Amino acid sequence: MNIHIKNGRLIDPQNRIDAQQDLFIAAGKIAAVGSVPAGFVADKVIDASGLIVAPGLIDLAARLREPGYEYKATLESEIEAAVAGGVTSLAYPPDTDPPLDEPGLVEMLKHRARNLNRAHVYPVGALTTALKGQELTEMAELSDAGCVAFSQADAPLTDTRVLMRAMQYAATFGFSVWLRPQDSFLAKDGVAHDGEVATRCGLPAIPVSAETIALATMLTLARDTGVKLHVCRLSSAAGVELIRAAKQQGLKVTCDVSMNHVHLSEMDIGFFDPNCRLIPPLRSLRDRAALRAGLLDGTIDAICSNHAPVDEDAKQLPFGEAEAGATGLELLLPLVLKWAQQEKIGLPDALAKATLQPAQVLGLDAGHLSVGAAADLCVFDPEAYWKVEPGALKSQGKNTPFNGLEVQGRVRYTLVDGQVVYQSGLTV
Amino acid sequence: MKNPQLNKHGELQHLLTTEGLPVQIVRNILDRATTFLDAADGREIQKVPLLHGKSVFNVFFENSTRTRTTFEIAAKRLSADVVNLNIGLSSTSKGETLLDTVDNLCAMHADMFVVRHAQSGAAHFIARHVAPDVHVINAGDGRHAHPTQALLDMFTIRHYKKEFHNLRVAIVGDILHSRVARSQIHALTTLGVPEVRVIAPKTLLPAMVENLGVRVYHDMVQGLRDVDVVLMLRLQNERMTGALLPSAQEYFKNYGLTEEKLARARPDAIVMHPGPMNRGIEIDSSVADGPRSVIMSQVTFGIAVRMAVMSMLAGAAV
Repeated sequence: MNIHIKNGRLIDPQNRIDAQQDLFIAAGKIAAVGSVPAGFVADKVIDASGLIVAPGLIDLAARLREPGYEYKATLESEIEAAVAGGVTSLAYPPDTDPPLDEPGLVEMLKHRARNLNRAHVYPVGALTTALKGQELTEMAELSDAGCVAFSQADAPLTDTRVLMRAMQYAATFGFSVWLRPQDSFLAKDGVAHDGEVATRCGLPAIPVSAETIALATMLTLARDTGVKLHVCRLSSAAGVELIRAAKQQGLKVTCDVSMNHVHLSEMDIGFFDPNCRLIPPLRSLRDRAALRAGLLDGTIDAICSNHAPVDEDAKQLPFGEAEAGATGLELLLPLVLKWAQQEKIGLPDALAKATLQPAQVLGLDAGHLSVGAAADLCVFDPEAYWKVEPGALKSQGKNTPFNGLEVQGRVRYTLVDGQVVYQSGLTV
Repeated sequence: MKNPQLNKHGELQHLLTTEGLPVQIVRNILDRATTFLDAADGREIQKVPLLHGKSVFNVFFENSTRTRTTFEIAAKRLSADVVNLNIGLSSTSKGETLLDTVDNLCAMHADMFVVRHAQSGAAHFIARHVAPDVHVINAGDGRHAHPTQALLDMFTIRHYKKEFHNLRVAIVGDILHSRVARSQIHALTTLGVPEVRVIAPKTLLPAMVENLGVRVYHDMVQGLRDVDVVLMLRLQNERMTGALLPSAQEYFKNYGLTEEKLARARPDAIVMHPGPMNRGIEIDSSVADGPRSVIMSQVTFGIAVRMAVMSMLAGAAV
């Protein structure tokens, strides 16, 4: 089907375009930008007057909860949430039940996602069997099955020799290793940042050194093994500083931050709000400022939603017993826009953190609008205000620390491979 | 953010923590407690009909005999019907969620819950979920707060020292894990105590504790110099594991309160302890039973203070 998107403000972070230009789609790919290609006859015209036409968002951490946690969320519910949020590609962490440590599980997941035919799902395979941190998974087999990288998700890998060997083995085949830095001894039993709020509230705490010690270990081993390392969910100023120094020394490392940590701090825990029970913990305002500075200077490559839908029963508990996590796919766009507005960053640079740059982390030729690229698009109204409320979310997970917040930016159309997979107000 | 302890008229709806409690409410509680003590000797507590027809549920998710008993006595002296529930041994071990337990208890028409729970924030959680006419008293939640203990401590301090604005108070022991310490610190600073000290090894102090408005001492001899009030904390035996402390003996040597260390305090200093005491670990018997110990007064005053809190929550005029 040929689609003509007209009158929109086109933003392409890779080709540095921010201008009113028409976009022409044929055979699922971008056929032309600006002027109509010869012989193009549109089957469908989308009037994007007043709207922004951007690459579809690429989310580096979205747990859709299958297999094993279907009572929290399903592929159907969460992919619906993804496309409603303009997310066209997402990386799928391996901490399912069972974890993604066998090719058959990965194939099944890919197959289910393909049948839904809406957003691209990129499984991240388990780095160790059952995420136990002891034995290596069949990474080459898992890669053939569709895994784009290997990770421990939030499971600890305490044995540094296993970590080194996992990196060596992954490096042998050129696979990426994605790790969230957290020393499991220092983080033991902790539920909040080791700072003023945890002290006042009497909450068991996780010090910043839990992050920096693990980070120093993984950076050292990445240097030694030559593995492509991606650091997930940075949370502290000291962590940002370690990554900055490593990058300056020429280490090929990338890293991301969750949108929650770009906007929130330990202060938001308030009177024990279980929606602010997150992994990693929300840290101090100083840490948040450093994360924002790290995004600006390129130390941090990408912003992800860290989508982790939690069922109501698991959240309706005292803070320390509540399950960590928050829904996020539908909030990624408005929260990136809010950050851009607060920091006075132009939209091409801001959107790059959720399109082009995560695509580069994933090694995908995506996140841009070059002729010939897959037509994965997010068409949104940057002016539309809406209030975050459980009823306004498609995700089965209704818990978010942003409940009640007025946000700006609403997706009108989402296209994947040139197909309209979401249109606001319509069931596609 | 709305203060979850106050109703829209600024009156006490729940007692969850001493943090952010308006000073006038603290003073009202202390004043009211005085009226429950016999004017003659300041000891005898009269039975009054203020909570007649009301039911008070003592809901303890964590075992406690002393605190539960004092709440029970206080409620009975106010003529309330008292129901004691040791949930730690029943519902939750059968898989019932905290919320289900609270809903069930609300359906039994409780007017007031006295709650103890091992999780910090549990009392706030329960207060958020009860019907608007039900009152919640936090009898200890995790490491967070134990407001009635702190209030009875304030009552005791006022009884012996009359004023707060000229005092130096030291809190000694396991500040990190102590809900009592946190509630004491907030109550003391609210009442205008100019100098609150905490004395502990670094392993038993939480991060940035000085931001609560206290001075930190690691040396007990220095920390006790010229103080008017010494608040000792109970040291749980399990602190000897987990690399927090090497041994009870070494702890006692450095942080146990002895006559010798107490000599650094002002001659009229008083010594307090929330109980139950570990003699020979955090406090020497000669001090615990000595002339400056007011530990037994704390227990008596505790009943009057809990009566004051309960009757205020129930909106009863004295």
